[in-house]
Amino acid sequence: MLYGTLIFAALYYLLPLYVMVMTSLKGMPEIRLGNIFAPPMEITFEPWVKAWSQACTGLNCDGLSRGFWNSVRITVPSTLISILIASVNGYALANWKFKGADIFFTILIVGAFIPYQVMIYPIVIVLREMGIYGTLTGLILVHSIFGMPILTLLFRNYFTSLPEELFKAARIDGAGFWQIYFRIMLPMSLPIFVVAMILQITGIWNDFLFGVVFTRPEYYPMTVQLNNIVNSVQGVKEYNVNMAATLLTGAVPLIVYFVSGRLFVRGIAAGAVKG
Amino acid sequence: MTGQKTHAGRPNKLFRNLNAKIASIPMILTAVVIFLGGTVWTITYSFTNSKLLPRLKFVGLDQYDRLWDAPRWVISIQNLAIYGILMLIFSLVIGFVLAALMDQKIRFENTFRTIYLYPFALSFIVTGLVWQWVLNPEYGIQSVIRAAGWTSFDFDPLYTADIVIYGILIAALWQGTGLVMCLLLAGLRGIDEDIWKASRIDGIPMWKTYLFIVIPMMRPVFITTLVIIASGIVRVYDLVVAQTSGGPGIASEVPAKYVYDYMFQAQNLGQGFAASTMMLLTVAIIIVPWAYLEFGGRKRA
Repeated sequence: MLYGTLIFAALYYLLPLYVMVMTSLKGMPEIRLGNIFAPPMEITFEPWVKAWSQACTGLNCDGLSRGFWNSVRITVPSTLISILIASVNGYALANWKFKGADIFFTILIVGAFIPYQVMIYPIVIVLREMGIYGTLTGLILVHSIFGMPILTLLFRNYFTSLPEELFKAARIDGAGFWQIYFRIMLPMSLPIFVVAMILQITGIWNDFLFGVVFTRPEYYPMTVQLNNIVNSVQGVKEYNVNMAATLLTGAVPLIVYFVSGRLFVRGIAAGAVKG
Repeated sequence: MTGQKTHAGRPNKLFRNLNAKIASIPMILTAVVIFLGGTVWTITYSFTNSKLLPRLKFVGLDQYDRLWDAPRWVISIQNLAIYGILMLIFSLVIGFVLAALMDQKIRFENTFRTIYLYPFALSFIVTGLVWQWVLNPEYGIQSVIRAAGWTSFDFDPLYTADIVIYGILIAALWQGTGLVMCLLLAGLRGIDEDIWKASRIDGIPMWKTYLFIVIPMMRPVFITTLVIIASGIVRVYDLVVAQTSGGPGIASEVPAKYVYDYMFQAQNLGQGFAASTMMLLTVAIIIVPWAYLEFGGRKRA
């Protein structure tokens, strides 16, 4: 009974993945004939090749590879910048609190719950004024900004949980703000950095809204490109190519999730349950 | 005169903890310029008749009148209400049942947890496209069951206006319940073993222990989970774009999509701003008090 329910639920969660993989390995004639749950009679990797290097979005027909590299070029710097800034913010909030800091922090946290739609247009204007609207730089900046609330919270809570004596001893020895950060805080904080990295990589890679609003088509991240490939109105729908494209887009966060397994879970729980 | 005084005596207050202040500049700028400034800006311009470009020509509540007269907006709100209420109920119930089952010292716990949680690693775009495929009436569940002999079987939520929002709900639950399960499992693990022992000795049935003792004790975890689910609900956008593009017709429109379409496609900024201000209002009423209780009010030692 217990295991029956668990296995039944597991089947529901696994079914779409199974269907995706099966469909992506079939040829189009077989898809038109059979049902989506049947395993392929003849396995072909052609849809995968096509999704990666030939599928069309708008005028470009170089497949998802373009979007993949855009996503890499967006995710890597955004992750690094947001973690760097948020860890210093969190450290300042935890150990060097100045008057008024709490107010900014509260605005930041409340801001995290405000629908992004409310802030999108003002950001468009700011980016346009800075001359980086539509570029990768602009999008990287946006991701760094929106990563700040949750990451700052995460780091602040972690740094406050470290023993205060360490910090005090270092201050008595005359160490300053940056010295304490680099010599004491950083080396002790590997776990939280890993957690923050997982959250940011998966979050930024999976983003759609910011990608579509803040970049031009040649810089579209993979998610936007995927949606354009699959939901394009023209031509015959190539379901096998679409499913291969979907799997390719989901591959990076899935790999991060499978490799980091427990840490991912802990990261989610820590980022959410602990206030 | 006053300037000289501060230089002569102790250092200016402004320069105390200078490094911490410098380090906090990104946070301060984000909080004030983007979160506060951006919000105020949008609210202000929601009272103007901005079309292609934002301009400060105030028209009072005109944009809001027009908004609530638009069938598409009314449908968006209805959809959000249905989706939101069902999403909250089902993800909490399913998530809690799964968490409670997982908490029974089962074997292969890691395997099960991995299976339930992996959809959460996927984007809404991927989720939407997968379920678009599974629910495709020509190839998906409907066709399979019809082929098995039940020829009158109907199940094509994504192509039927009345039930399309439930099709989206199925995908959203698939993506999100794993996270709820994970959070609630963490909460269950925090409950003292002795409580279970005591209720067993007293002969209280298990379901009663859950309902009247354990769940009330998990209140903080439930609140956090609620806030997370709720803020996701108001923002729902990608999933609808990927699964139905708002169709059939306008049957699966949601507020976030309305805002985007009016700002960036219909070039009717005033409408977009008014709609997004309404979204903000919803969130302010529902989420901010919770968030404040959770994160802002409590000071950590």
